[in-house]
Amino acid sequence: MPRLSVWFIRLALAYLATGFTFGALMLANKGLSFAPMLWRLRPAHIEVLLVGWMVQLAMGVAFWILPRFQASRGDVRPAWLALVLINLGIGLVALSLVVDLGGWNVVAGRVAELAAVAAFALNAWPRIKPIGQ
Amino acid sequence: MPTLTRLYVKTSLLYLASALVLALVLALAQATTLPVWLAAAGPTYIHLFLVGWVTQLIMGIVFWMFPKWSKERPRGNEQLAAVVYGLLNAGLLLRVVGEPARAVSPAALWGWVLALSALLQWLAGVGFVANTWGRVKER
Repeated sequence: MPRLSVWFIRLALAYLATGFTFGALMLANKGLSFAPMLWRLRPAHIEVLLVGWMVQLAMGVAFWILPRFQASRGDVRPAWLALVLINLGIGLVALSLVVDLGGWNVVAGRVAELAAVAAFALNAWPRIKPIGQ
Repeated sequence: MPTLTRLYVKTSLLYLASALVLALVLALAQATTLPVWLAAAGPTYIHLFLVGWVTQLIMGIVFWMFPKWSKERPRGNEQLAAVVYGLLNAGLLLRVVGEPARAVSPAALWGWVLALSALLQWLAGVGFVANTWGRVKER
């Protein structure tokens, strides 16, 4: 497994643990009503599990297993940029929604996530090809 | 494909079907009035889909396909992986029962059912991460 995939997938696992922790706290609170402020975690719960866990895991596995050019995975710099941008975006969006840092931080986070997907596609797109090309 | 992966994947398919059936039933709210307990099953549907189907499918495939932990234990701690399967599904099924019941009954029992569901699913998530972390490594 290439180093970049290790980063993507380990971060995805960390987000899985974080998202499950947020979800468990909210579900327990739904049953026992011990801390109503836990509902504020809901947007972060959704963000870290959908983007942090699922999207990032898909990126890590795709970078690892998509067809290569001989032994090369092409120009990997955009894929590394995607790793940085998507985590910047997740952090901005999740934090802004939970502690109310303001709408523009959420917008900036979404822009970073979109840029991450575009950067990732720069590496992945040419690797989606028939065998032998 | 290992036996445990087959169990994960087939169970995830059952959750996919169940989630879509529940989505269909919840869609009837557009045309008719649903009982309160059923109308409260929106979050249950989302979690059947994303935990029962997507996450469980990923867990099964990861157990099968990720790099070997070691020559002696290629898939890490297989007992832990089996326990994770049990915890995740017990937790999710408790939610399926407890969430609609909690919406119509003030009985404390249902609150504790949800809390237990939360604990079991959380343990499953942590167990999966612990068992997978060492398999995510450079060649």
